[in-house]
Amino acid sequence: MAATPNRPLLEIDNLSTHYVSAQGTRVVRAVDDVSLRISAGETLGIVGESGSGKSTLALSILRVLPPAAQIVSGQMWFENEDLVRKTDTEMRHVRGKRIAMILQDPMASLNPLFTIGNQVGEPIRVHEGTRRAAAWRRACDLLKAVRIPSPETRVTQFPHEMSGGMRQRIVGAIGIACEPRLLIADEPTTSLDLTIQAQYLSLLRDLQREHGLALIFITHNLGIVAKMCDQLVVMYAGRVVESGPVSRIFNAPAHPYTKALLNSIPRMTDNRNRLTAIEGQPPDLSSLPRGCSFAARCPAAFDRCHKETPPEFNLEGGRTARCWLASVAMQSGAA
Amino acid sequence: MSMSSETIVLPPSVSTRSAASRLGDLPMIPIIILAVIAFMAIFADVLAPHNPEVGALTARFKPPFWQTGGTMDHILGTDQLGRDVLSRLIFGARVSMVVGFTAVIFAGVVGTVLGILAGYLGGWADQVIMRITDAWLALPALTFAIFLAAIVGPSMWNIVIILGLVYWTRYARVVRGEVLSLKEREFVRLAIVAGCSKATIMRRHILPNVVNSAIVLATLMLGVVIVTEASLSFLGVGVPPPKPAWGLMLSDGKQGLMVGYWWLTVLPGCCIMLMVLSANLLGDWLRVKLDPQLRQL
Repeated sequence: MAATPNRPLLEIDNLSTHYVSAQGTRVVRAVDDVSLRISAGETLGIVGESGSGKSTLALSILRVLPPAAQIVSGQMWFENEDLVRKTDTEMRHVRGKRIAMILQDPMASLNPLFTIGNQVGEPIRVHEGTRRAAAWRRACDLLKAVRIPSPETRVTQFPHEMSGGMRQRIVGAIGIACEPRLLIADEPTTSLDLTIQAQYLSLLRDLQREHGLALIFITHNLGIVAKMCDQLVVMYAGRVVESGPVSRIFNAPAHPYTKALLNSIPRMTDNRNRLTAIEGQPPDLSSLPRGCSFAARCPAAFDRCHKETPPEFNLEGGRTARCWLASVAMQSGAA
Repeated sequence: MSMSSETIVLPPSVSTRSAASRLGDLPMIPIIILAVIAFMAIFADVLAPHNPEVGALTARFKPPFWQTGGTMDHILGTDQLGRDVLSRLIFGARVSMVVGFTAVIFAGVVGTVLGILAGYLGGWADQVIMRITDAWLALPALTFAIFLAAIVGPSMWNIVIILGLVYWTRYARVVRGEVLSLKEREFVRLAIVAGCSKATIMRRHILPNVVNSAIVLATLMLGVVIVTEASLSFLGVGVPPPKPAWGLMLSDGKQGLMVGYWWLTVLPGCCIMLMVLSANLLGDWLRVKLDPQLRQL
């Protein structure tokens, strides 16, 4: 495929990742027919409740899935290379160097036996063959970049000598060590309190600006999405139900699920007595119902929703939604 | 509560590890004991007052000097063949130390490497290694050792290899279990997403975290190995007599225990106990020292 100048940095087309049980009898469609794209310097938020396939999607991008899971179809174009077709060795040169990831629990992401300098320098040594001493100096600079005071002492210390927020910033430093083009942050702030969270988010934003990297931000916190992201992808039961620019989705969600998610955020100006919750449970991913997977919980569902699975409709303003209502709105808008 | 004007004096930073603080809490007793044993082993030819392998039948079962009938010529008495017990203990240190430590290290290296491979790689590698380990463990250790010794013939270095081959399975089991929990830890997953190869992860992230368990196990295995070596000697397939070994002396002397020749068993027994105990204490200290979190407490 010819390289086009404004092709997105990462383009995922119809990606499906399934978990298959040992006997092959149960198939869990953790990621099902997902398409998304992200350009350099952009921040993409992926939201969805637990079990909606957000993390599996992130692991699929880096191809570090657990043995039971496999990518069954789809393509992932990253800088005009198909990640799905790469060999394991080729993937290893992508991981940490061109695409880095911050894991869900950064507190536990550091090896207790090695000094900070050693661990921050590790990706540099692995990917660039830099010598220990040089990597150590780079580690020092990186700690400075993530605003850790007196980095010269900190590099010689061990993880247990750091506070939680500091360890988290160190994991961030490991992430940007090789100056990746894309950083995937999988719920990096869930284990932190609010003030540290805010600090960390502004740090991530600054790093993104300075290094021009694209950021995929996986979270279930819509407040963070509003603050951090340009683009938003809403996932439900392994599928993308709605995507588009954050401000437009927040102003006028096209999918009832997104609407319900936004309604369940508590607001200062609220005069409701109780928070609105979404009734019911997400469906079992190994036996999805016929039709739209949200239909059973959807207040606006009609006959067609229970019978046919809605395709991804392209709406104006670069938005998509997987809902029959969106198609109705589109047609009535056109008429 | 009122604010006091006292300044809080912080303890000196633990991260500035000076030489003094690093060596200050060396476990002196086990080090001295092991040093003495090593000294005896190295300079046995000079230190021993008599030839350990030749005795005078006229001077059998002489008690240590402080008992009636004991002489200063044989400070710790003589055995059933009239050989000087002190000289045999001194020369025995050589065999016990070499056999004990090298066999434990040999078994430890083999077992740890196989345990890490089985635990981290999983799948068929795990199946193959662990089934071999299971089968190995099902064989009675001593019988298996006798079988091997009968094939290759008794000599000190053969015994080291045999003991290593018999006991690696224990390390493999313990290490594999540890690796199974380690590989699910977040820092290993971070190493994976940072692009480290499997070999790098095993070497840099898994191995350093299992070394502690392996060391603790090694200090426990030292006693087992020395006693097994004694049993092999007793059965005639160990370090061949008349070469003195502590375990061999212990088993040779045990008939005499009932008729009051206590020094033939108690003295080598004490030597074994001191060596194993010292190794245990040293191993424990090393375990603490290797863990950055415990090191500073």
